Amino acid sequence: MADPLFKARNLTKHFDVTQSFFQKLKGEEKLKVRAVDGIDFDIYQKRNFSIVGESGCGKTTVGKLMMRLLDPTDGHMYMKDKDIADMDSKQQLKAYRRTTQIIYQDPFSALDPRDRIRTILEEPLMIHNLGDTREERTDMVKEALEEVRLTPPEKFLRRYPHMLSGGQKQRVSLARAMILNPDFIVADEPVSMLDVSVRAEILNLMKDLIEEEDVTYFYITHDISTTRFFTDYIGVMYLGDLVEKGRVEDVLDNPMHPYTQALLVAVPEPDPERGQGVKNVPITGDVPSATQVPSGCRFHPRCPHAEEICKKEEPEEKEIEKEHTAKCHFAGEIEFDLDVAK
Amino acid sequence: MDDDTILEVKDLTTHYLTTDGEVKALDDATFSLDRGASIGIAGESGCGKSTLAFSLLNQVQPPGQIMSGSINLDGIEVTDLSESEAREKIRWKKVSMVFQGAMEIMTPVYSVGHQMKEPLKYHKGITGEKAREICERYLELVNLEGAIFDRYPHELSGGQKQRVIIATALLLEPNLVILDEPTTALDVVVEARIMNDLKRLRRELDISMIFITHDLSILAEVSDNLAIMYAGWIVEFGEAYDIYKDPKHPYTEKLMAAIPDIRTDIERLEYIPGVPPNLVNPPSGCRFHPRCHKAMEVCKEMEPEIHEVDGVNVKCHLYSEDESIAESQEAEYDTAYEDEAAAEAYEGEEGKRELDETGMTETEDEVMEE
Ligand SMILES: Nc1ncnc2c1ncn2[C@@H]1O[C@H](COP(=O)(O)OP(=O)(O)OP(=O)(O)O)[C@@H](O)[C@H]1O
Ligand SMILES: Nc1ncnc2c1ncn2[C@@H]1O[C@H](COP(=O)(O)OP(=O)(O)OP(=O)(O)O)[C@@H](O)[C@H]1O
Ligand code: SF4
Ligand code: SF4
Ligand SMILES: [Mg+2]
Ligand SMILES: [Mg+2]
Repeated sequence: MADPLFKARNLTKHFDVTQSFFQKLKGEEKLKVRAVDGIDFDIYQKRNFSIVGESGCGKTTVGKLMMRLLDPTDGHMYMKDKDIADMDSKQQLKAYRRTTQIIYQDPFSALDPRDRIRTILEEPLMIHNLGDTREERTDMVKEALEEVRLTPPEKFLRRYPHMLSGGQKQRVSLARAMILNPDFIVADEPVSMLDVSVRAEILNLMKDLIEEEDVTYFYITHDISTTRFFTDYIGVMYLGDLVEKGRVEDVLDNPMHPYTQALLVAVPEPDPERGQGVKNVPITGDVPSATQVPSGCRFHPRCPHAEEICKKEEPEEKEIEKEHTAKCHFAGEIEFDLDVAK
Repeated sequence: MDDDTILEVKDLTTHYLTTDGEVKALDDATFSLDRGASIGIAGESGCGKSTLAFSLLNQVQPPGQIMSGSINLDGIEVTDLSESEAREKIRWKKVSMVFQGAMEIMTPVYSVGHQMKEPLKYHKGITGEKAREICERYLELVNLEGAIFDRYPHELSGGQKQRVIIATALLLEPNLVILDEPTTALDVVVEARIMNDLKRLRRELDISMIFITHDLSILAEVSDNLAIMYAGWIVEFGEAYDIYKDPKHPYTEKLMAAIPDIRTDIERLEYIPGVPPNLVNPPSGCRFHPRCHKAMEVCKEMEPEIHEVDGVNVKCHLYSEDESIAESQEAEYDTAYEDEAAAEAYEGEEGKRELDETGMTETEDEVMEE
């Protein structure tokens, strides 16, 4: 297999929690939010990678680290073997950010309401000194609009964001990312705020652009049901750690980690024949705070399969089948059948 | 209306009388609900789901207004009730509602208990220890600890808040509970657990439920009946099972096909091209015709009737027995519609005007001016 396009090794981001005056006075120990807690993953060219998990598990933080919008506390990231975690000159960062773009969740606030679409799309070109004349830039803007199927582009140049539907706005966000011909796009919940049908339309379009524009996506979502269609690899995140990863079909058809299994049982079942019964959602309680990550296996307080060892020892990453790993002491031993579980 | 029916809605029409024109958010809605049964209401954002819910409580906010139609709730004609009568006779006691986004608007300065006791005091004059006891019992019913009674909203997780709201809706033992997007803001695991509780409560308490959401896969789990809405119309209504297995209306068909499946590999997702229409000026004939893959010439001019097909009500010309309609030509698929409609849908006439004024061509002057 070809070398990965992007590699993360022991990628870590801890945030300091701001203490109140009294906490400082009392000499309380400084708390840390372990948002991303030493994760490894590889992303191959034109093989999308999705990251799923519940709110607050650290997905957005990973995306921001990859964009170098945040500085990692520890660990390394390599883009085509170039170390980007250590990169610190402004120029290098600017060049890197040109090849790596981000799309955000909220199409309603991501675009400045006071700017016309043309201005919005021209801005990244100005920042990166692309296009010598206004005409040249306008041509590039039109081309980007065509890429995202906002045609004819002339029709959209002078519009303001409020004159577009939610789906059209998200296509403008996509055009803004594509206009710099990036190799890599971090898409942070790009379709979560859209209706099902619009969601499908945007994901189809993003998928088409993989081949057309040679782009690879890092897809952040809490909606596991869209990952099979859109990506090749998946990483399941729990409390700052990637607890399972692998090819998307392998992970969804044969989940090894009890947390992944619970996530899959919880997905709503669009077939009334299968879904009407009360589900056996195996986990209880809420996700603990990222300032107090449990000892041993971080999932143990909620895990239906936890044993003594789980409280004490952190499980190693085990490879169960090719490219499919899980961080659980009992990975590979726990039976799972999606249909039986319901 | 027989004894088994808890709710019967006929030709219910609710519009918003805005300065930009009349928003036809709900037109001629007709459906009924059996005692103890549930209905799921689905459709894309802005199609009128919440408007329907507010109408059922006779609680449409101005400039909205019920224009016509009837709502028979357990023998009471809701549309005849004044605001104070509606409050006295039906809200909380016969029908309660979990409002869309209620979780975000819990008052932060009052404890959970304080907020829960309110309806008990107002409707039943129950206060003090007795009220606390009842509240705690209902908190336990939705799988919370009774101790939550003394906590404040900011101390609770999203799932816990939503459970408190559901418990409050059940307090006065209504026959019908309306839940408007009850789990939309929650993570899947929490969502699945709350849906589990709702399934269980419906059986234990023998209440009817109306579930409103844009997420058809959730509805498959909890609905006996299903109503699919498009642009202010109920376009398909019938038993959920039948509709999921064999959707009749072209809109329902596409909506079902757009749901991704975690079990199977698919190359492309189906979707409905175009954008939802502006409800001040909805498309002529069938409101879905500009986006419909099966549209015929007749669909542009004539509003479809409701036809019964295999026990399911479908508002679509495809099922007409009328020969002249059945023989109507297939229409050219209208893709140009999308861009026009977008500006119009989101900005009304004003948006359209602005679009025309700015025009599609640019002169050198305009370029300079920017
Ligand atoms: N700037 C910050 N300072 C302190 N803590 C932070 C900061 N940014 C994020 N966190 C914390 O880090 C953890 C991970 O947050 P993150 O936004 O990455 O989660 P997420 O998985 O993207 O969640 P969601 O699905 O809600 O978007 C959370 O506990 C969050 O509160
Ligand atoms: N107060 C109001 N004034 C004017 N128009 C309104 C008002 N409230 C709602 N509408 C319009 O009525 C239509 C139906 O709105 P409604 O809130 O019922 O939709 P919905 O199906 O609940 O949407 P969502 O899924 O986004 O909650 C929309 O076109 C909306 O813009
Ligand atoms: S290591 Fe133990 S606690 Fe952790 S997921 Fe596996 S069984 Fe559960
Ligand atoms: S009436 Fe015509 S346009 Fe409307 S849904 Fe039926 S076929 Fe499509
Ligand atoms: Mg996030
Ligand atoms: Mg609504």
